[in-house]
Amino acid sequence: MEHLSLRQAVERFVPSGARVALEGFTHLIPFAAGHEIIRQQRRDLHLIRMTPDLIYDQMIGMGCAARLTFSWGGNPGVGSLHRLRDAVEHGWPRPLELDEHSHAGMAAAYCAGAARLPFGVLRGYVGADLVTVNPAIRSITCPYTGEELATVPAINPDVTILHAQRADRKGNVAIHGIVGAQREAALAATALVVTVEEIVDELPPAMNSVVLPHWLVSAVVHCPGGAYPSYAQGCYARDNSFYQQWDAIARDRASFTEWMERHVLARPDHKSFLASLGEAA
Amino acid sequence: MTGWTRDEMMTIAAARMLWDGCVCFVGIGLPSAACNLARLTYAPDIVLIYESGTIGTRPDVLPLSIGDGELAETAACVVPLPEIFSYYLQGGRVDVGFLGAAQIDRFGNLNSTVIGPYDAPHTRLPGAGGAPEIAAHARQTFVVMKASPRSFVSKLDFYTSAGFLGGGSAREATSARGGGPKAVVTDFGILTPAEDSRELTLTALFPDTTVEAARAAVGWQLALADELEILDPPTPNELATLRALNERTSEAHRRPVELPA
Repeated sequence: MEHLSLRQAVERFVPSGARVALEGFTHLIPFAAGHEIIRQQRRDLHLIRMTPDLIYDQMIGMGCAARLTFSWGGNPGVGSLHRLRDAVEHGWPRPLELDEHSHAGMAAAYCAGAARLPFGVLRGYVGADLVTVNPAIRSITCPYTGEELATVPAINPDVTILHAQRADRKGNVAIHGIVGAQREAALAATALVVTVEEIVDELPPAMNSVVLPHWLVSAVVHCPGGAYPSYAQGCYARDNSFYQQWDAIARDRASFTEWMERHVLARPDHKSFLASLGEAA
Repeated sequence: MTGWTRDEMMTIAAARMLWDGCVCFVGIGLPSAACNLARLTYAPDIVLIYESGTIGTRPDVLPLSIGDGELAETAACVVPLPEIFSYYLQGGRVDVGFLGAAQIDRFGNLNSTVIGPYDAPHTRLPGAGGAPEIAAHARQTFVVMKASPRSFVSKLDFYTSAGFLGGGSAREATSARGGGPKAVVTDFGILTPAEDSRELTLTALFPDTTVEAARAAVGWQLALADELEILDPPTPNELATLRALNERTSEAHRRPVELPA
């Protein structure tokens, strides 16, 4: 485990062409890390996330991704992810290959990846056309009951990036609140980078909350506000108003590009990104 | 308080189908409003599960996303997402699943993936999310969607989630353990599957509309039940509770977020 800056961590662990999972189910989405990947102009990434959310909308719109593994690609409670749609419908800024699942299927794939098994199994995709458009979704006959069950290949990212509330100096990571599939995505990956709100001398005893022990963690990055505009339970709330505003920003290629240049590319780091949001246009 | 909108009547009609103590897998939007309206009126012990892993949640304002902090803070427990889908949903521990979609057909099959061909879609929709397995494993599902001939179609562009598939006993031949759609709540009334054919049939109308209007909104030849129920309009308590909930919600979603310094 190393303590790195976000720039160093992305330089080291996210080469172009990598399979990258920035997980976090609505909560603790690693926005700062995604922005740094955009700044470093990584290309041909295979992005993996159950819910692409605004961060993958931004990375796809900025041309970072060649392939997307996902299970629900909308702006929650608002509508479409317009950049994701533009890539799929019109190939802008480049075509995007889809590896599409249901939530249950993708959760099973992460669990298999974490357990280093070749596939996950579920009673799923019943009567669903996803089976016909995604050749990776197959089936197996149960050797005990004869029942036919759906299978999904394990997901094993080259690197998983998470955001968490806290790490200690040794690199033990504590997460509380909605935990999604973060633990499974972390354990399925070859390398694990965690951005955190706070680094403390010692973590308080955290019975049953997710603790990723330091020897699983490749790097810890101190990055306050790193999940904004999603949230970090106990630190700051989800900016639902920003999620609603994103619909208009991202609907149009020009307004999207202008926003990204002004707030992400023109800023050296996440602190400067956050400061830019309050500045007048 | 006089007057009500079709959206309000849809929400209230969906809420009335829930019962105290039922375990409900909730989706964002109208289903979330309906479930919380039921909880705040006649079903105080309803158990609300959101797919983000929050179980037994009692939000004061409706969440914008499926994983707002409000849901975790008011939950009885928060579990990892794979547990929700494998132990709770696939495990058969959910009474009611709520679903919406862009398209529905006469057997309650749903499309929330694409309009047009999958490889070259006219409209790319958000996709499956939890829906295929909610449709398969909840003991029963309620579908909530507004009707138009573009959404209530004779043939889906894509089968995202199974209803009664081709009708009759087709669903029983699959590994789906749940009972399938129990009702479709739409903005003119309620459709329920006929006993043998499983075809969606108009069984109840809102008090302000007609069979002709219902038929015009559906893209297939809509069958009518022998006895058509006319639903009671919203009660003052239902309307007041729903409007107060919506008002608290929109106020909360506008609130500026403060980041720690």
